[in-house]
Amino acid sequence: MDLKFSEADVTFRQEVVTFLENEYPEDIKEKQDKRIPLEKEEIVRWQKILNQKGWFAINWPSQYTNQEELTVTQKYILQEELAKANTPTTIPFGMGMCAPVIYTFGTDEQKEKFLPSILNSDVWWCQGYSEPGSGSDLASLKTKAELSGDKYIVNGTKTWTTLAQHADWIFCLVRTETTEIKQEGISFLLIDMKTPGIEVKPIITIDGSHEVNMVYFDNVEVPAENLVGEEGQGWNIAKFLLAHERSGIAGIAALKRELKRLKELSAEIPLGESTLLEDSQFRNKIEETEIELTATEFTELRTLAAMSQGGSPGAESSILKIKGTELQQTISELFVEMLAYYAHPFYLENEIGSNETVGPDYAAPVMPHYLNYRKVSIYGGSNEIQRNVISKAILGL
Amino acid sequence: MDFTFNEEQSLIQDQVDQFVQKEYDWETRQSLSNSELGFGEDNWKKFAELGWLGISVSEDSGGFGGSAIESMLIMEAFGKGLVVEPFLETVIMAGGLIDDHGSDQQKSSFLEPAIAGEMHLALAYAEPQSRFNLSDVVTEAKADGDNFIINGYKSVVMNGPSADQIIVSARTSGTQLDENGISLFIIDANASGLDKTNYKTVDGRRASDLTFENVSVSKENLIGDQDKGFEILDSAIDKAILAISAEAVGAMEVLYKTTVEYTKTREQFGTAIGKFQVLQHRMVDMFMEYEQCKSLLYMATMKHEEKAEDAKKAISGLKYQVGKAGKFIGQQAVQLHGGMGVTDELNVGHYFKRLTTVGTIFGNTDYHLKKYTSL
Repeated sequence: MDLKFSEADVTFRQEVVTFLENEYPEDIKEKQDKRIPLEKEEIVRWQKILNQKGWFAINWPSQYTNQEELTVTQKYILQEELAKANTPTTIPFGMGMCAPVIYTFGTDEQKEKFLPSILNSDVWWCQGYSEPGSGSDLASLKTKAELSGDKYIVNGTKTWTTLAQHADWIFCLVRTETTEIKQEGISFLLIDMKTPGIEVKPIITIDGSHEVNMVYFDNVEVPAENLVGEEGQGWNIAKFLLAHERSGIAGIAALKRELKRLKELSAEIPLGESTLLEDSQFRNKIEETEIELTATEFTELRTLAAMSQGGSPGAESSILKIKGTELQQTISELFVEMLAYYAHPFYLENEIGSNETVGPDYAAPVMPHYLNYRKVSIYGGSNEIQRNVISKAILGL
Repeated sequence: MDFTFNEEQSLIQDQVDQFVQKEYDWETRQSLSNSELGFGEDNWKKFAELGWLGISVSEDSGGFGGSAIESMLIMEAFGKGLVVEPFLETVIMAGGLIDDHGSDQQKSSFLEPAIAGEMHLALAYAEPQSRFNLSDVVTEAKADGDNFIINGYKSVVMNGPSADQIIVSARTSGTQLDENGISLFIIDANASGLDKTNYKTVDGRRASDLTFENVSVSKENLIGDQDKGFEILDSAIDKAILAISAEAVGAMEVLYKTTVEYTKTREQFGTAIGKFQVLQHRMVDMFMEYEQCKSLLYMATMKHEEKAEDAKKAISGLKYQVGKAGKFIGQQAVQLHGGMGVTDELNVGHYFKRLTTVGTIFGNTDYHLKKYTSL
């Protein structure tokens, strides 16, 4: 056992730092540092920069990226440095979710057609899973795809579709057959968002933002060749994908950055003749959070080490989802606590970062972030569902 | 010992409950909250006509001589409907302060019109550096003949945008953290040198930041004695804590009940999710937290009314419990509603947001735990 980084790893870290100094665009950095929501163009631009360096789709097998895959330690270093510099979170739907499905289950034609444009961020994907009646019980989904000649006719409604307003394509779980065991009739279908019959309606959330959407399908014609895997294989693909989604969900590196920022900012908040950071009650909460965060970080590292020995992310990823999201919520809550009254003035997305806001210059996005982050214990399989997974799959209950 | 309300109190409770149920449905509340003013002018007139604005004000000051119990009942009912009219700010905080400590002339100039629904008030006590400490005051007032000249800054003044008159704490002597040396002035919102920055708050209400640049105010507008404003302010905030806690209890009741109802109808895995034991226990905990708040609310309100020695300690205990329970009930109501809980469309998220601000206003759990220990 050894916690030390090799000389090669230290060199690699320096390479990342140098890359960020030279390639991280100043305009995006400024918005990120002020926590101003990014435009689609800015996110895409950053993803392209990362990809040019070969640091975008780092979990893809080398045959699809035409470069050598980073080691587990290098990936860890890269993610840590990217988060430390507060670079934009990459959008996972294409690169982290749809692509792994395509290169694992897709045909050669599908790989050729879809993977390069995902790698180069030319096509924006969104995820069509949840439905109004199917949340935690995803397998009860009703969106129907009926084969008619060489096309599927799709009817139904998807909800909580993140950033569908930007999306060119959507990958969907659809019901191709009514089966006794509901999981068996589900298929995985790729749909062009420009197809007639698709309508996207915004859902505004309690933080006042437009991030999620309803997506309606009314007799949408989808070429049969857009089916991934075989009919009825959708549920297995979804399970494979959920494991992938969860393994990145803890977001440890970003949590470390935010906790550090919380410490720095609370050291500037006066409390009588002292500062908030020196207040034992507040300080204890920060330190409890730090310990929990360190534990989660090493739980993730142990999981990654097991994976690099050939294991696949299994129910252990549920631990990371639960702990990571709880930490995200706790830290967002501590920011609100730190600001006290100045967490209350409320601004819409387009007002954050303007000169109209009152209080400390970092105040405006704090409450919206706290409110928005109530979602993290709900999405990607609620934390109640994750505990069911652990109790069943690990504890055997 | 008696936990029942007298006839008049029961009557007012019914009356306000009826108003909230019949005239303050969710769509109405949202359209008022999103309007330019941020609340209903007609509602405010109605409250005045029904006598609600003066119910807890002493008869000497032109009110009906009720107690903190009447205020509690009104605020609890308002909490159920998430009522945005600034009853707390105009009537309880500023109005109550003038009622208890104002001169006759101040009462007739400011309190009587407020009770009549013709004037709005606000209490400006917080500063950028002060957090919850009422004696941390940098804003200063310097005597200048028959006037005081005020310079400084006040933060997140609730009901600031609508307030015609604002009570402001300012330092007339001593240093930044001294309790002694703070004085209270009532200042015209249109006074020259007073600049308001108005904004919405996350709970759908309105507030302002205030800048004072050589604002001149007459000595007649000093409330209570010079340098002795801290005790006045502190007791006004105690009353405000009782009132906002009552509002929170009303909001908590709606949230736990709404959540229970939702889990009875929302089906997943072929059954109502309310059948899952993990969620049942969660809702039982929500319910118990609500009951505990209500118990402390009654206890603290009665101790305050009886001027008990440990009334202040009881009030800090109450505010601590309200902060803790409000967070738990609010967060879990959202969690159990799933994605729907985080939508702007559903009322649940808005109750959660109000409980979030209530948890901070007048001191968060850390602050009141510490205060409780010190008392």
